[in-house]
Amino acid sequence: MAKGVSTTSHNTFILWQGFSIAGIIVGGGTFLIILWAVFRYRKKSDGIPKQTQYNLPLEIIYTIVPIVIVFGLFAATVVVENQVTAEPNAQANITVTAFQWGWKFTYPGHKAVIVGQTTQNPEMIMPADENVHFNLISLDVVHGFYVRDFNFSRYAQPGLTNVFTFNITKTGVYNGQCTQLCGLYHSLMYFRIKVVTPAQYQAWLAVQDATTPASRALAAKGAIKLGTATQVPTKPAYTTYGAH
Amino acid sequence: MLKQESLILLGLGVFFGLMGIVYWMWGHEDGGGVMLLGSFLLGMLPGFYYLWWYRRTGGNRPEDREDATIQEGAGVVDSFPSTSIWPFVLGLGCFSMVLALVFGAWFAVPAIGLLVAAFVGVTAESRRGGDV
Amino acid sequence: MTDLIERPSVVEPGVPDVGAPDGHHGDDVHEHHGPTGILKWLTSTDHKVIGVNYIVTSTVMMLIGGLFAEIIRAQLVSPTSTLVSFSQYNELFTMHGSVMIYLFAGPFAFAGLANYLVPLQVGAPDMAFPRLNALSYWLYLTGSITMLLGFFTAGGAANFGWVGYAPLSNAVNSPGSGADLWIGALMLTGFSAIFSGVNLVATIFYLRAPGMTMFRMPIFTWNMLVVGILILLAFPVLTSGLIMLYCDRHFGTHIFTVNGGGVPLLWQHIFWFWGHPEVYILALPFFGMVTEVIPVFSKKPLFGYKGMIFATLTIAALSLGVWAHHMFTTGAVLLPFFSIMSLLIAVPTGIKIFNWIGTMWGGELYFSTSMLFAIGFVITFLLGGLTGIYLASPPLDFLTHDTYFVVAHFHSVVMALVLGAMAGIYFWVPKIFGKMLNEPLGKLQFWLAFIGTQIFTLPMYVVGLHGMPRRTAVYPNNPSWQTLNIWVSIGALMIGISMLVFVVNVIYSWRNPVIAGNNPWDAHGLEWYTTSPPPHHNFTSLPPIRSERPTWDFNHPEHPALAHGEHTAVVTAPSEEATNGKVEA
Repeated sequence: MAKGVSTTSHNTFILWQGFSIAGIIVGGGTFLIILWAVFRYRKKSDGIPKQTQYNLPLEIIYTIVPIVIVFGLFAATVVVENQVTAEPNAQANITVTAFQWGWKFTYPGHKAVIVGQTTQNPEMIMPADENVHFNLISLDVVHGFYVRDFNFSRYAQPGLTNVFTFNITKTGVYNGQCTQLCGLYHSLMYFRIKVVTPAQYQAWLAVQDATTPASRALAAKGAIKLGTATQVPTKPAYTTYGAH
Repeated sequence: MLKQESLILLGLGVFFGLMGIVYWMWGHEDGGGVMLLGSFLLGMLPGFYYLWWYRRTGGNRPEDREDATIQEGAGVVDSFPSTSIWPFVLGLGCFSMVLALVFGAWFAVPAIGLLVAAFVGVTAESRRGGDV
Repeated sequence: MTDLIERPSVVEPGVPDVGAPDGHHGDDVHEHHGPTGILKWLTSTDHKVIGVNYIVTSTVMMLIGGLFAEIIRAQLVSPTSTLVSFSQYNELFTMHGSVMIYLFAGPFAFAGLANYLVPLQVGAPDMAFPRLNALSYWLYLTGSITMLLGFFTAGGAANFGWVGYAPLSNAVNSPGSGADLWIGALMLTGFSAIFSGVNLVATIFYLRAPGMTMFRMPIFTWNMLVVGILILLAFPVLTSGLIMLYCDRHFGTHIFTVNGGGVPLLWQHIFWFWGHPEVYILALPFFGMVTEVIPVFSKKPLFGYKGMIFATLTIAALSLGVWAHHMFTTGAVLLPFFSIMSLLIAVPTGIKIFNWIGTMWGGELYFSTSMLFAIGFVITFLLGGLTGIYLASPPLDFLTHDTYFVVAHFHSVVMALVLGAMAGIYFWVPKIFGKMLNEPLGKLQFWLAFIGTQIFTLPMYVVGLHGMPRRTAVYPNNPSWQTLNIWVSIGALMIGISMLVFVVNVIYSWRNPVIAGNNPWDAHGLEWYTTSPPPHHNFTSLPPIRSERPTWDFNHPEHPALAHGEHTAVVTAPSEEATNGKVEA
């Protein structure tokens, strides 16, 4: 569990810590009480102990106090949830399309397309320190778009577009993977997200949009492919471990 | 009293109804709304029926009274066969019908035979008091 | 052969101590000469025979599901293992989950031990609908065979996860009969469960012995009543969804497919509307078992009896309103509603844990194997339940969903239930079979299972937080996860060995029988009043029923239950045939 690199992942991390503190106090305390009872009241004689069956004030206390704690946790949850699901004005837009068994990243209004399957590990380019709005959809079955460093996942579903926004505070390359079982090569459905400075991002987009052969050659040097928005590879390129 | 039993069902039904109303008005999701409506009905319908039955019969069974004695419940409770082949036959018929859904309609032929035999057998068994 | 079921009319103070091994009394009115051997197995409608059938079959299913688990864990000790192929791996975890949940945990709980115990605990001669009870078992057995038949088909067994999400489970993505066999099996076992639910509710409502009011029933029976109602609420929803899925696969309907105007998300709503009550259907019986065991080995009544009932009813009510907490990452559900409902379920669960502690508090704790398993259950469930609270918060669920954190949470909870099952087995096997299970072997099994469970689940939480997704056969990009995975597999191995110790114990105890007698544990419920095993129609005599512990009251009339702070015994209404309640200052 880590702070992560987005503004919202920081908030999620703090919520995690809050829940953990409550959990350790309540759970750890209860655990110690159990251990104490098991040690202190182990059988010492053949007598029959006091047959206490109930204690109403105590039972009311341990009903009310957990309810109060629960509402506290809920309040904190709502605050962070509103932050994570917020949709502020976006400075960039990316569409993520999941399919069996790879990812396609397209940039509405631009010509850039990044696509790859399984261990080709397609690498999305996105800018740091800007609100980047995502549209997420699937072409076939339910997939899971999960990036651990953003403390975030969302389903990619057929016929239902999901939207969310990230603001990443640190440049770097972050790993992602499909988390929702989607068939045979679910285990290998990798992707990466490369977060660059806004200037680098704009430069890259400009290269993608350019039409001269020289600029296309420039773009082809990286692990990215040019293409139209409707292109989906038809020939799979899988690395398999074990017999099919 | 059969009253406590009916209250459990009615209480659950009311809770599901309230939950259903809140959920449907807040979230407008039809699938969950319909399922919660079904749960509401499953609490209310048998619950009200039991309540009506309790009112009608007075609800003073020995198992509802805290001071009842064992003698009050003594005697014949009911009669049913202690052995019967028909549950097994009916089970085989259902199994065969499921295999028909999976492998092909020809499995339905023994299925229907077994099911008919079981229904006839169970009915006859009940009418004759279990002597098959 | 017709039987007239009679309730006994006498109370014989000397009867409880007479425990002939074969369970017959000299002047038994009902000498039962039914069929024996395989014909008895095929035709009996006796709830005790059916209950044992269920217990044996579901235990075999547990061992089969456990075998799949060990193969899965063997695969995952290495990042790029080739022990099984991707296709086989998908079948393995699908069938592991399906066998464990649909074919072991549920039937063991609500149809195995419950079938056996509920009529005994309420003082009834049998279940309300004995032939329906027998039918339930045959539907369950044939359903189990149907699901496992998938392995013998050309396309293999079902491989889309035990949850069968659409569109992955439709005809395009999962052709082949393995999937249809899975659907058909769930229809058979679903109806089996529904009929068991009917029997439970009817028996508890209608066949209680005189004086056993609703608030004198043992908590195990109370929990089974609530489970019966939950089954009737939830299982028809699953069956409906399965029928829809079958129609989509074979009759060209478009309920869950986008092409044709369907909504794949609807499958998730329908499935989880059943799925969440299902986990409480699984859990409540084991809660009930442990609630019977702990008071006996503390030599005290259950602390907070009415609070337990309130907690169970609250859990049941809330459980119908939390289903979409399994769907937080779909982006299409009402997050705050499901979040608050899910968080609230922690409250009644906490009440139960505090009541178990309150029962032990001030008692004279005897650590039989059964009691060790019960305490192990409480500790493990505490931990597993707490991690569930994280999952009830959508932002925290976004980062843990479909990772090994979730897998750790539910395996922690489920292993707690298995520990509870073992508490129940060690407690009630003497009653069911008239012979004890070996205690030293049982204690060895406990320590292996308990420590194994913690070693199994704790590293899973960590590797999940490091980002390992579930349902993945290999993890080539993250070799650093290997150490944690090895520890998880070691824990799983320890659990497997503990199951072998259990099997050895069963065989050993069978061959070296130790006679149990009516009440080897000085236990509290009505079932301990009769012989071990009970005679045909269960009781030749009944004690007066004046509290939720009729057998304890009969054996220890000078120690009735007290309120906190009470010092003198409360005198209950005297009845003419019982020993009168003496007041002790």
